[in-house]
Amino acid sequence: MPPGTKLFDFGWLQDHVGLIVERLGQHLELTIPPLLLGIVISLVLAVWAVRQPRVYPPITAITGLLYTIPSLAAFALLIPITHLTLITAFIPLTTYTLLILFRSFASGFTSVPAEILEAAEGMGYTRRQRLFRVELPLAVPLMIAGIRLASVTTIGLATVAAALGGDTFGGLGQLITEGIQTFFPTKYLLGAVLSVLLAFSADFLFVRLERLITPWAHARAGAG
Amino acid sequence: MDQIVAFFTDPANWTGATGIPNRLFEHLYISGSSVLLALLIAVPIGLYVGHTNRGSGLAINTANIGRAIPSYAMMVIMLSITLTLAPILGYDPGLGLTFLPIFLAMTFLAIPPLLVSTYAGLRSVDRDLIEAGRGMGLSERQILARVEVPIASSILVGGLRTATLQVIATATIGAILGGGGLGRFIFDGLSQGDAGTASIYSGAILVAALAIGVDLILAWAQRRLTPRALRRAPRAGSSGPASVVGGPDVAAPAPSGAS
Repeated sequence: MPPGTKLFDFGWLQDHVGLIVERLGQHLELTIPPLLLGIVISLVLAVWAVRQPRVYPPITAITGLLYTIPSLAAFALLIPITHLTLITAFIPLTTYTLLILFRSFASGFTSVPAEILEAAEGMGYTRRQRLFRVELPLAVPLMIAGIRLASVTTIGLATVAAALGGDTFGGLGQLITEGIQTFFPTKYLLGAVLSVLLAFSADFLFVRLERLITPWAHARAGAG
Repeated sequence: MDQIVAFFTDPANWTGATGIPNRLFEHLYISGSSVLLALLIAVPIGLYVGHTNRGSGLAINTANIGRAIPSYAMMVIMLSITLTLAPILGYDPGLGLTFLPIFLAMTFLAIPPLLVSTYAGLRSVDRDLIEAGRGMGLSERQILARVEVPIASSILVGGLRTATLQVIATATIGAILGGGGLGRFIFDGLSQGDAGTASIYSGAILVAALAIGVDLILAWAQRRLTPRALRRAPRAGSSGPASVVGGPDVAAPAPSGAS
């Protein structure tokens, strides 16, 4: 930064609260759809893998390969195909969630003890009833652990999209990119710190949510 | 497609500071040095915490917080710190603008997966084996070196794999700050408009190929280091090191934020 520039200009912050709120909102618009889509796809894949264990290794291999490609490269590879549209951000952000979510969903389902499944069968549950009333609720803690990690990852990666797309994607990444380009530390620091805070808030929110919907898991953990 | 072939066959792209070999070297150099520094910090702490189980809560919580910080944000926060410290510590501000923030951010990002995997690896060792070692008169150091580390080595390499991939991906983003490496092909291409498309595409292909290649090598090493009896490891979800840390198989590759 040029000499004499303040590291953080609170006056600028006060004058631009509206802009900052707008960027935060855009960031959520950029992260929530891929996360939801990732959850739906991974849920389908995980149910499939639990019923047909032989599809588990290829699904892990493919989602693992997608996860390995650095985000910047993934965004850059899509630009010539989907151009600078939101789709260019949504596709990699969705595929990055798949490995984490698929594995946590699948391990959630396989963590349900066989005796419980047999008991459910003995009580006359159909396969569908067993899935929704027994397997899914018991898998929730591990599933939410995956969703936590996926949401934190997506929030972070969404900032990278802005480095390529300028104002197409918006979000906190745009604050960072513009701040760097104009040598204005207040702006890039704000973008960075807010994305960290957003990631922490999402993480915290899911921890609370998990405690709320699976109180039994914690009663047991407390006793053991 | 033709443009990409032209890019890779153009001799100008294979020589000099902006050529593929030099960019690849820069990428590997900054990634390798930060992983090395992270190893030097994380492994001793992980070994101590894993062996003694002292301070495990603190170590794991710190590591989990580290994992929640997005790499791009980490780099930018480091940037403001290294720029502020340049006049105080007297190093070249240019260094504080490109190399240092990228290098430090990548080191910080690599520590959590290494620390967690070292800890989880040691804790996954059967307690009976350690007791047997003690019964045979091995010292604590010998138990660590001859029993715990060999058994945990594949989980340790799993952490190294996660850390390395994250660092390689982050080094690409480092180009935004003007750092070297393969990400430069993407960013230099972006600033050239339509003429830069081949550079963007080629850079992205090179980065993806590098990440996948390194991942395959480390995956192979991880398999080789797994003791034969453990090679058909139980599937995720059954008891294992994962339950120690409370995440979806933490010790296995990947689950640390992508970048």
